[in-house]
Amino acid sequence: MLKDKIKAAFNEPACPTNRAKAAKERAKGCAKPLTPGAAAGGCAFDGAKISLQPITDAAHLVHGPLACEGNSWDNRGSGSSGPDIWRRSFTTDLTELDIVTGQGEKKLYKAIREISQRFKPAAVFVYSTCVTALIGDDIDAVCKHASSKYGLPVIPVHSPGFAGSKNLGNKLAGNALLDHVIGTHEPDDVGPTDVVILGEFNLSGEFWMVKPLLDRLGIRVRTCVPGDARYLDVAAAHTANVTMVVCSTALIGLARRMEERWGIPYFEGSFYGITDTSESLRRLAAMLVERGAPADLIERTEALIAAEEARAWARLEPFRDRLAGKRVLLNTGGVKSWSIVAALMELGMEFVGTSVKKSTVEDKMRVQILMREEAHAFEGMAPRDLYAQLKSGGADIMLSGGRTQFIALKARVPWLDINQERIHPYAGYDGTVELVRQIAISLGNPVWDEVRTPAPWDNEGRLTDRHVSHFTMDDDSDAADPTFAARHRRKFANSRVDNTDPEYLAHHRKKFAGRDADDIGDD
Amino acid sequence: MTDAPSKLTTVAKAAAVNPLKSSQPLGAALAFLGVDNAMPLFHGTQGCTSFALVLIGRHYKEVIPIQTTAMDEVSTILGGADHLEEALLNLKKRTNPSLIGVCTTALVETRGEDFAGDLKLIAERRGDVLAGTEIVLAHTPDFAGSIEEGWAKAVTAIIEGVVPQGAPARVAPERINILPGSHLTVADLEAIRDTVEAFGLEPTILPDISGSLDGKVAERWVPTANGGTAVEDIRTMGGAVHTIAIGEHMRGPAEVLKARTGVPYTLFDTLTGLVATDRFVALLAEISGRPVPARVRRARAQLEDALLDGHFHFGGKRVAIAAEPDLLYAMARFFAGLGAEVACAVSSTGSSPILEAVPAAEVVVGDLDDFETRAEGCDLLVTHSHGRQASERLNIPLMRVGFPIFDRLGAQHRHTALYEGTRDLVFEVANIVQAHHVPPTPAELDPFRDHGDTHVGRPQTAAH
Repeated sequence: MLKDKIKAAFNEPACPTNRAKAAKERAKGCAKPLTPGAAAGGCAFDGAKISLQPITDAAHLVHGPLACEGNSWDNRGSGSSGPDIWRRSFTTDLTELDIVTGQGEKKLYKAIREISQRFKPAAVFVYSTCVTALIGDDIDAVCKHASSKYGLPVIPVHSPGFAGSKNLGNKLAGNALLDHVIGTHEPDDVGPTDVVILGEFNLSGEFWMVKPLLDRLGIRVRTCVPGDARYLDVAAAHTANVTMVVCSTALIGLARRMEERWGIPYFEGSFYGITDTSESLRRLAAMLVERGAPADLIERTEALIAAEEARAWARLEPFRDRLAGKRVLLNTGGVKSWSIVAALMELGMEFVGTSVKKSTVEDKMRVQILMREEAHAFEGMAPRDLYAQLKSGGADIMLSGGRTQFIALKARVPWLDINQERIHPYAGYDGTVELVRQIAISLGNPVWDEVRTPAPWDNEGRLTDRHVSHFTMDDDSDAADPTFAARHRRKFANSRVDNTDPEYLAHHRKKFAGRDADDIGDD
Repeated sequence: MTDAPSKLTTVAKAAAVNPLKSSQPLGAALAFLGVDNAMPLFHGTQGCTSFALVLIGRHYKEVIPIQTTAMDEVSTILGGADHLEEALLNLKKRTNPSLIGVCTTALVETRGEDFAGDLKLIAERRGDVLAGTEIVLAHTPDFAGSIEEGWAKAVTAIIEGVVPQGAPARVAPERINILPGSHLTVADLEAIRDTVEAFGLEPTILPDISGSLDGKVAERWVPTANGGTAVEDIRTMGGAVHTIAIGEHMRGPAEVLKARTGVPYTLFDTLTGLVATDRFVALLAEISGRPVPARVRRARAQLEDALLDGHFHFGGKRVAIAAEPDLLYAMARFFAGLGAEVACAVSSTGSSPILEAVPAAEVVVGDLDDFETRAEGCDLLVTHSHGRQASERLNIPLMRVGFPIFDRLGAQHRHTALYEGTRDLVFEVANIVQAHHVPPTPAELDPFRDHGDTHVGRPQTAAH
């Protein structure tokens, strides 16, 4: 059954990679086997959990041993405008005894009961894991039974880690929503400008930088999945008129099947970068008007875009001098790549490379067109190579996620978090300005000069000549003159010691013998 | 302080809410990272590795080398020996580690394979390729234990895999072995080393994360653990004159080392606190036959002063602690020793005999939710960073201890052991207490406050 689900998840006609494949190849799916001893990244469980957990009024219960949830909870900063139950961590914490005696299902059932009674969640998502899938716990049956018994939705999510990668888990999460959630609630306030946003995680609350723009236009976000979502709104997602897919690698399949099932057209868009934000607003407006929204929506959208773009560029202008010519290495998966490339290039920054590992074919082409040289787009870099490139001065700053953070820092290169652990929001017009501001702050930090200055001693701990002079230098005016004497002239001139005193000079000649210091005191 | 054994309560709950535990293989990986040029290898899916790796990275703010056998659906059904072999060969080729520490996970342990047999076969078949790399195996399923158990199992596995059986011909009178528990920080290990060396002794610390997870900026890229105990030094641990184990969970490894080599050991249940440190210093003086160095004596005097200055902030305070067993014990002893009441003690696991000695009426084996419900009304929460949610909800300040500490910098450089560590802890607690001092409001001091009387004329203050 799981196998069928996986196959279905990869049978994705909306995926451009799949479209390019021959029928036989397509049938094989795109799960690449992982190399033992040389693999990195999350598993399917990880992917499913991150795609659903920001549904904020639901409890997310992980059925398995401790590690799956215990080692991973509370590590992503989605914003919630209300409930906090999604941030609590629930796991059946299976022990050896539970597994040996086959108590898994019973424990799961009791766990759902405890959670429903004590926390009153809008729903419970139950995630299978490697061990519970292996021992054959029937989570579907438990969920179904618990659901009818306690009168609340209990949704099974089949996503054991061994099934595959994080990306597969994203897709399996989409399946769970489609199979058990979307379409189960009929709201009484359906309107012509209702939209659904998919694959937006509201990290650092950044969707709240975008939502006011939509509010201003009268576009109602029925639900944003999963960022700051409420369960009932997700359940009513099928009543929307347009779907916008923000992170297509994660939830494009969901969008396509919502179109199939309920006739909701979708498009892929982004709220990263100024141009992309405008383009997304335009597409939303146009598609809504096609579906019966008032025609003046398009004009109002254009007016808003013109005003917001002008404001954003005006706010970015002061950064141009500081950022022009700086070289950026972008090492992140997926959708953020080309949107950010475009925005930063507008400010005169150069890109020495970008990872396109998780990008779609379309994204990759856009990156290539923007960057002109294919060589700069890499599929992924081993830490050693990344370190070597940064260490050799290959970039002025790296933008990436936490996984490669310390590679940059150990190479003494500025780094900015643009992945899920980031604390600054980067979406929309204001978010783009914030991103540029953070890059400028990071690049301009005086700490880089300090940490790049070598220690004033050699490997045996002996002070090096270069640095003896470095430490006594207290005057910038002569810095252009490289000789030791020139740099110290002024210091000695102001010295309380009489620098014409022969004894003083003799002492210092001896001290600095052989160090370009013979002319000390000559003036 | 109570002398009677504390009551051990295991909460009967189906779901862990806000886990206190980290997984057993994560603990084992941390220990393996304390061996120079080592590479921990999780035998499981890549998610097992990824979660542990990210969490360790969040705590230490370092690139963490841990690899995975990348079990998939097929190997889960048919067996993972091929993946294990391929992983070992790939790691050997790519990073040439001096030691590969295989940590099993719940997935492969549930399958119940013969990992030791597999490794033996792999060693026979590919011995030529794998030569020069020690491969040791720790059984660390996620469904049992926590960090301490995983750490102790890894250290035992290293001793059994690397230290030769039998007493060596010659014993070096200046060499001693230190087996530190997982609750000691990088700074603690450095302080222990300094103190031992101050007596003219040569310590072999196993594992020594002060070499590898000390947050240095190296000049070159190293794909394995960069620093830590040298495999060569581990091999000759049998030639030491004595072994010092720190924390109840290190009794097992110390016993194994003694059984293999005959080196006697002394177990310290904690090194936090004046009395425990006195005992440690006295032992060193005895083994070395040297007087206590002046700076050790000075550190003791500083601690005395800190205890005098700081105890005002402890007396009568109700403290809630949630931690791994040995850390829980060390912290509870520390607080109780300064006059605080350990009103709530929660342990991640329940099998350690040290829990009986925790100076609290009751020790609950549970999660941070049990902690949160029992900590209400306390003055201070003491646990790892995941306690921040409880701290927010209960409006009680949080002192971060143990693992993981991901929302504060410098966790590895905090002193918690010996005179210096105890001194720093005293200051930290006193500062937290002072920073959170809330002056009472008139309403709280009103003698009629319980009479339902609105007391006309009382000054109005804004709500907090």
